[in-house]
Amino acid sequence: MVYLDHAATTPMLAQAVEAMTAELGQVGNASSLHSSGRRARRIVEESRETIAAALGTRPSEVVFTSGGTEADNLAIKGLYWSRHRADSRRRRVLISAIEHHAVLDPAAWLGESAGAEVTLLDVDQHGRLDPETLRAAIGDDPGGIALISVMWANNEVGTVQPIPELAEIAAGYGIPLHTDAVQAVGKLPISLSGGVDALTVSGHKLGGPLGVGALLLARGVADPVPVLHGGGQERDVRSGTLDTPAIAGFAAAVRFAVEHREATAARLTALRDDLVARVRQAVPDVILNGHPGDRLPGNAHFSFPGCEGDALLMLLDAKGVECSTGSACSAGVAQPSHVLLAMGADAVRARGSLRFSLGHTSTAADVDELVRVIPGVVERARRAGVG
Amino acid sequence: MTLRVLAAMSGGVDSAVAAARIAEAGHDVTGVHLALSKNPQSYRTGARGCCTVEDSRDARRAADVIGIPFYIWDMAERFHHDVVEDFVSEYAAGRTPNPCLRCNEKIKFEAVLDRALALGFDAVATGHYARVTADGTLSRAVDPVKDQSYVLGVLTREQLGRAMFPLGDTPKAAVREEAARRGLFVADKPDSHDVCFIADGDTRGFLRERLGPAAGPIVDSTGEVIGSHDGAYAYTVGQRKGLGVGRTPDGRPRYVLSIEPVSNTVTVGSREMLEVTEITAERPIWSGLRVPPATPITCGVQLRAHGEAYGCRVVLDGGRIRIALDRSASGVAAGQAAVFYDGDVVLGSATISAAT
Ligand SMILES: Cc1ncc(COP(=O)(O)O)c(C=O)c1O
Repeated sequence: MVYLDHAATTPMLAQAVEAMTAELGQVGNASSLHSSGRRARRIVEESRETIAAALGTRPSEVVFTSGGTEADNLAIKGLYWSRHRADSRRRRVLISAIEHHAVLDPAAWLGESAGAEVTLLDVDQHGRLDPETLRAAIGDDPGGIALISVMWANNEVGTVQPIPELAEIAAGYGIPLHTDAVQAVGKLPISLSGGVDALTVSGHKLGGPLGVGALLLARGVADPVPVLHGGGQERDVRSGTLDTPAIAGFAAAVRFAVEHREATAARLTALRDDLVARVRQAVPDVILNGHPGDRLPGNAHFSFPGCEGDALLMLLDAKGVECSTGSACSAGVAQPSHVLLAMGADAVRARGSLRFSLGHTSTAADVDELVRVIPGVVERARRAGVG
Repeated sequence: MTLRVLAAMSGGVDSAVAAARIAEAGHDVTGVHLALSKNPQSYRTGARGCCTVEDSRDARRAADVIGIPFYIWDMAERFHHDVVEDFVSEYAAGRTPNPCLRCNEKIKFEAVLDRALALGFDAVATGHYARVTADGTLSRAVDPVKDQSYVLGVLTREQLGRAMFPLGDTPKAAVREEAARRGLFVADKPDSHDVCFIADGDTRGFLRERLGPAAGPIVDSTGEVIGSHDGAYAYTVGQRKGLGVGRTPDGRPRYVLSIEPVSNTVTVGSREMLEVTEITAERPIWSGLRVPPATPITCGVQLRAHGEAYGCRVVLDGGRIRIALDRSASGVAAGQAAVFYDGDVVLGSATISAAT
């Protein structure tokens, strides 16, 4: 099997498996006062410290969640609610047009049911948000803005956003900026600094377990109103008994991924560049989507003219090559990707696209195999056409 | 020989067992669920139709149990154009269409089959109860109650050559048992019946919404106007209930005899007048014969889904067909298919245009 879908989820690192399995047989609720509880709490707090250290923040700024989706929801809804509660003029939510649905949909929901006014910030043909676009959207009414959210790197086309510049603009107006860094941690130098107020991390995208993540919340930002109410375990911002084994595995993965980031990025960039060059050779009219240089190391995203992404994916799957069309499903029916449409692609080009994403277990042999099968697959898909 | 087979999986029992059987026979099977609506909620919900989110999940779960790859193909546009719009325009033209038959003809064994062949598949399998014989003709299923050869009667010999119906030799009850034995949780799902794209089952309401009100007369067979309607499309030949003609001149019930779209007239008459023996049909397809019959043939004919078979004599008259029934049939509606049988074997089909 050739697994080229690491952006969907990547295998757990050995360090994470070890840290997690060591905890699976243990008893203890991190909120309990007895010694089993204390033992569990120690694991949780050490994990929190590990993650804080790796991401340039303080332990108290790490809020564990059930993953990226929950962290994004907490950031978007929670910060909107708390900022709006503090000043009812704050109704506007500015997000980029290419956010993951975990940001897009909570924002849309706020628009539909909480009176928020959501602005989708346009991106250029490479999927990049120009800081001036943000400045213009803030306009002359910064006091009416509840929050800004722009992802660090896009999950589909891999384009990296100019987060430091955007954060500086937001900070200049005192508007909190959230960034979904799910795809970026362990691949790019990430930290909660320079005006970034909230940052989403997910375990399973960086070699940790599924179902765990964190929202980093900079000190000084008003606490978000909780999405999950209950025991108040995470400083009353998030409730639910903490998943000690998952958190232990998550922390081990973050530490390893961040420590080895440069070497991993260099290796994946070289492998990815090779993949892009050879796919181009094999299929000369292929279009590389996303920013030509400023993109995630392991990401290659193409449109194949005259083909449907679904057909390509099925044919590649039959040949043992696993990848993704990258587009969201609505009731199982593939919709043209909102990311590609926002980049100015037409629906046909958007539907004819595939994402190959490399990760820590990827090898040159994976690329060789893809390059070997892709010409035949594209030819077949072309015969089936775009329906 | 191992074939690459695309199994159309509706989310129901039959197509799940069909896919499982072909996979077990050693073929290389891929399951595909056809998404027929852009907005699945607008179609029938629950375990009845063929197009809901629940159905697509059931189909995927079945594919996982069988252990085959599974994909969803978006056929919504084709379905809307070839089946839904056709359904509406047929009613508007005073005919009574059969959307399931249309879906087999235009979607499953045209749009899907063409795409499957282009992608390198050899055949399309469905859970229909029918058989394709060794010489490539269509035949009735062994379970006479479930037999679906009528709704497949429009397929050409080429289409049949690429079709697989693995359930044709098995009674429905045995298929349910087999589903349970194979761990296909869909074993208890009820069969689908109604028109899948009419969410609430209200065909008249569906047509009224699309065609708008169009008032016209209800005329007795004598020519006397005895009532009015607000859309001739809401009537079907043979219909008795809901005519709203009150007490008729002779005090006997009336049945819809014909629908005339140009004058927007619904003609009604006595039960006896519904009986017909002469039928005209168009666009014949002779899937069971190598060449169209040159001389009149004597065979069986079925005039509606789950209807009985009549003996008949068929005469070709240019592009048309004249069917003389051995005994009278009632409620024969234009737009339905006449499917010809020699015993259990389907000889061909044609679309009914008139009956007297
Ligand atoms: C950019 C981005 N944000 C959020 C998520 C959701 O994260 P999780 O799977 O941990 O809920 C994903 C994963 O699909 C992602 O790629």
